[in-house]
Amino acid sequence: MSEQQKFTSRRDDAAPEPEPAVPPAAPQAQHAERDAALDSLLDEIDGVLETNAQEFVHNFVQKGGQ
Amino acid sequence: MTVRRVMGIETELGITSDQVDAQGRPLTPMLLSGQVVQAYAAGAHAGAALPTGSGWDYADETPLRDARGYEMARALADRSQLTDVEDPTIANTVLANGARFYVDHAHPEYSSPEVTSPTEAVRYDRAGEQVALAAARTLAGRGQQVRLYKNNVDGKGASYGTHENYLVPRTVPFERIARDLIPFLVARPVIAGAGRVGLGQTSERPGFQLSQRADYLEAEVGLETTLRRPIINTRDEPHATPHLWRRLHVIVGDATMADVTTLLAVGSLSAVLRLLETDPGAVPDVTLRAPVAAAQVISHDPTLRATVETLDGRHLTGLDLLEAHLEAVEEAAVGGHEGWVLDEETRLVLGRWRTVLDALRVDPASCAAQVEWVAKLSLLERFRDRAGAAWDDPRVQAMDIQWHDLDPARGLALRLRAAGQLERLVDDAAIAAAVAEPPADTRAWFRGEVVRRFGTDVRAASWDSVVLLDERGRVRRVQLPEPTSATREQTAALLDRHTRTASLLTELVSEDV
Repeated sequence: MSEQQKFTSRRDDAAPEPEPAVPPAAPQAQHAERDAALDSLLDEIDGVLETNAQEFVHNFVQKGGQ
Repeated sequence: MTVRRVMGIETELGITSDQVDAQGRPLTPMLLSGQVVQAYAAGAHAGAALPTGSGWDYADETPLRDARGYEMARALADRSQLTDVEDPTIANTVLANGARFYVDHAHPEYSSPEVTSPTEAVRYDRAGEQVALAAARTLAGRGQQVRLYKNNVDGKGASYGTHENYLVPRTVPFERIARDLIPFLVARPVIAGAGRVGLGQTSERPGFQLSQRADYLEAEVGLETTLRRPIINTRDEPHATPHLWRRLHVIVGDATMADVTTLLAVGSLSAVLRLLETDPGAVPDVTLRAPVAAAQVISHDPTLRATVETLDGRHLTGLDLLEAHLEAVEEAAVGGHEGWVLDEETRLVLGRWRTVLDALRVDPASCAAQVEWVAKLSLLERFRDRAGAAWDDPRVQAMDIQWHDLDPARGLALRLRAAGQLERLVDDAAIAAAVAEPPADTRAWFRGEVVRRFGTDVRAASWDSVVLLDERGRVRRVQLPEPTSATREQTAALLDRHTRTASLLTELVSEDV
């Protein structure tokens, strides 16, 4: 295989597959479920962020480490 | 081949507090970090950690008697007084799980015990989150508020590290490791980044990037870890028999809280290393024209379409680079090349790497439960849509920091994990076990068990030694030069035979663990 192919072609032969713990949901349903979870989290933190964000970010100062 | 090898992850934590001293000034991060380490040792049940007055045994090379160890013993005798003074410079403890928990620079650092697989690296990394949380809760119980963040940047110019360690045979030439790993490490944040709001060391430009650390890389190869940070760190401190082993110290990675991301970070690197050890000719032959700039180009593009140039004029995306490495590893592993065994752990890592890489190429958002930067980006994009917020909106910046908070009530990553939106590879029971018990198959087992059983007689410890007090008050060192020796199988019966270090030491000398 040429160098060019090596970086652009895809493998056809079987690679080991993971065994998902649960059968994957349809992408659409997955996205909807995820959006609902994100919205629920955002609903809870919205109020806190509104009042404190600027000061919180300003005060988050660390010393450099490794 | 296998992705299994001796490895471990060290994490420096970000720390803030509202505590002030008598003059009303904020406490220094050194003092706060000392509080955290001391609080863990004080709050944990007996045998869970050495008293923080005990020492870290720095004198790796000197056998038996050790001046520093002896001084540390004196320090230990004055433990109560030291606790009152709360001198943070000595805040160091070794835990019953074999980890080290101490103050490094101005941060609490959890250095995981040596483990032998990527999944175990994930489990003991999660255990570190629990150790830090327990310390913060102990302090909260005393009315001392401390918040801990598992991230690597403050967004204002400071960066602190998450370092990975991999045991590599000394026979592999370092120059080869450096040359072959640079392109891989430049691309790895695509599957292993934690995500960051802001571009540039002081977030001088608004935006989102894949990696916490990319903007802090300034050299290709070097010894430094705190300034002019290199992609490849040359520190040669094997913490193992020096003529047999080197310890590859990887300083470019992000602290991660998504299990699959942590797995992919260490698993993919271990696989590429194994390729380099067994069949160096099979490692993709690619040299980047400007690796440091390339790391930033790839990190700054969440669409994953940006390309970086190779010395021979090819233009490759981060996905292309990782694809080339994964194909080479798959070829060797699935093809049954000499010295390669497709064990369960290798199947897991290569399978996940393949699935994630293919999915990222089609639709990065589909990896939100696996790849941490994608998970963070999904949440922030959702917020930006709802609030009409720009990338430099303080609320977005606050969420970026809050993502990494180790308090499960406040940390956004932990909240998503609890809501089932970050896939888990290790459950709470397995993590709790990793807080209490060392890995069975490395010298961490002996270290952790000695802490648990003989804690008050342990004067100091290090990765490759344990310093014990015998019945005549003499300080004696037990050397542990081989990372896969002094395992449970090799030393459980020995430890069971003794209830006191004095008699244990008699047998150890003859047995030379």
